[in-house]
Amino acid sequence: MGHSHEPKDLLYAISAEFDHADDLVRAAKRAREAGYKLIDGYSPFPIHGLDDAIGFSDKRVPLSILGGGITGFLAGLGLTWYTSVIDYPLNIGGRPKFSWPSFFPIMYECTILLAGITAVFGCLALNGLPRPNHPVFNATNFERASQDKFFLCIERKDEAFDKVQTKKFMESLGAVKVDYVYADEEGGW
Amino acid sequence: MAAVEKEPIQEPLITGEHSYADFDEQIGRLVLKQSSHGKKWFAMLGIGILGAHLLLLAIGVLLWQGIGIWGNNQPVAWGFDIINFVWWIGIGHAGTLIWAVLLLLRQQWRNSINRFAEAMTIFAVMCAGLYPLLHTGRPWVAYWLFPYPNVLAMWPNFRSPLVWDVFAVSTYATISILFWFFGLIPDFATLRDKATSMTTKKIYGLLSMGWRGSAQHWSRYEAAYLILAGLSTPLVLSVHSIVSLDFAVSIVPGWNVTLFPPYFVAGAVFAGFAMVLTFAMPLRKWYKLEHLITDLHLDWMAKIMLTTGLIVFYGYLMEVYYAFLGNEYEMFMSSNRFGGPYSGMFWMLWFFNGLLPLILFAPKNRRNTKVLWVVSMGVSIGMWLERFVIIPMSLHRDYLPSSWGMYYPTVWDIMMFAGTIFFFITLMFLFVRFLPFINIFEVKDLKYKLEQQRKGAKH
Repeated sequence: MGHSHEPKDLLYAISAEFDHADDLVRAAKRAREAGYKLIDGYSPFPIHGLDDAIGFSDKRVPLSILGGGITGFLAGLGLTWYTSVIDYPLNIGGRPKFSWPSFFPIMYECTILLAGITAVFGCLALNGLPRPNHPVFNATNFERASQDKFFLCIERKDEAFDKVQTKKFMESLGAVKVDYVYADEEGGW
Repeated sequence: MAAVEKEPIQEPLITGEHSYADFDEQIGRLVLKQSSHGKKWFAMLGIGILGAHLLLLAIGVLLWQGIGIWGNNQPVAWGFDIINFVWWIGIGHAGTLIWAVLLLLRQQWRNSINRFAEAMTIFAVMCAGLYPLLHTGRPWVAYWLFPYPNVLAMWPNFRSPLVWDVFAVSTYATISILFWFFGLIPDFATLRDKATSMTTKKIYGLLSMGWRGSAQHWSRYEAAYLILAGLSTPLVLSVHSIVSLDFAVSIVPGWNVTLFPPYFVAGAVFAGFAMVLTFAMPLRKWYKLEHLITDLHLDWMAKIMLTTGLIVFYGYLMEVYYAFLGNEYEMFMSSNRFGGPYSGMFWMLWFFNGLLPLILFAPKNRRNTKVLWVVSMGVSIGMWLERFVIIPMSLHRDYLPSSWGMYYPTVWDIMMFAGTIFFFITLMFLFVRFLPFINIFEVKDLKYKLEQQRKGAKH
């Protein structure tokens, strides 16, 4: 690739391309055993066990959804309580001002609404999306990562990364192709 | 092999040999290449758009004249507007059921039908939402339905099921759209990478939000996806339960039935699956996707339709039983159903929803697309009749004979109903053209899992 400045500084990672999902999982496990930490797999569909293989675990999505749900419930409770008890009490068939069983559907819908919104936007935010560009898109053949190929990347920032040794290691994983991935510009990743 | 094929559970969910790239091509071409849409697509879209003008006209005249142009009167203050609202929202429910409930139940066959069922949900909710909105008479102040601090110093009465409905339907619409979009993100990335034209690439690139299929992203995505399904399941049950409470909480004979929530939910699933089948069968044929939406899919959808149909019919029988337990008003209402002025509608309802689906007990009929299509259309008609039987029929003869009255829809009622059907068709065919109507990444996931299972079985 015709980079005008020193390509060495812009090296982002080394990518390995695989034909099968199972090969990717196996390679990811081996990379982890070899002591690499900044590894990521790329696949057209979710592969169970790949997150374990790259040693990734993030419980913030479920936790934030729980938070969103609780917030929604309390918002529904607060809304119905404040309006029906404080601001605009109505006598409907002699029911108590705070007739919570009738308010439950409101609280319930608010719970689901906020939990759902948190799920979608929380997941996107934690994934750092939207983000139109990323150095990994420069990996050779990477457009196939959303179609039918599977990629493993070991990032340069990894402590165990060595430009030559790591490439040799990745070539031993049975990949179809191993290549350097360069970023377009410095920083940001 | 022949022996294996007899076992329905062993029958493949994807027939034939296909690579991941084949799926991209088979589904992606429908979006990326206009040439993959023939005359049928133009014809359907044309019919849809022409017919949707009826809706525009009906709404235009309605806004100019007011809802006096409708057939609603006293005592039948709820007519086509509420019938069609309930009918449409019910149709939407199958999408959420396929999307969420079947995901939680680990039903892999949902993967190839959930995208377009979910689209149907959104379009059906859009059609449904029009009716109560316009029935308010002054839709430009529809925001009064929502609680907000206002100069009138008033708040909604949260004890009313009609207010619950506002919350339920708006939450349902919001969540359905969000999940649908969320599910589309990885497919947008596939389309972005497959597209050859720069404009198409940019559009799908923007929509994909820069999705790159990272394992970390998938891990969070799957967690969110599963929890969303868990949230949607009770949501979909709550929406139609709340719709049914609009009736059940009142004291009108024929409405004041504790059976309503479960029976409305079953009816919604029944109607929804009928609509999914109505669209799935022609679409899979026109676009040659019979290997993804297989006969097995039709068979299972027909089974769900049959099961929910039986629940609904049980509901009808229970209503009669309940009426004849001794309450004279309920008895009078029921005898009106059997022999009153609208009894023809009632018996047609029993035929379409009670008797006709019974032919699906025969396995042969569940795989015969013609039979299945006729039954599905019958169920759609039947479910519409059900709402007619429940709504105007319960209202037209109330406690005082002096206040009895008949309900007849006007041409504007009919025009608006027909208009929403055409509007729905328009949206469905635009959807088929511009978005992948089968979930690409989930079909790949299905293929991968089926291969894993096969490997596991061999060892």
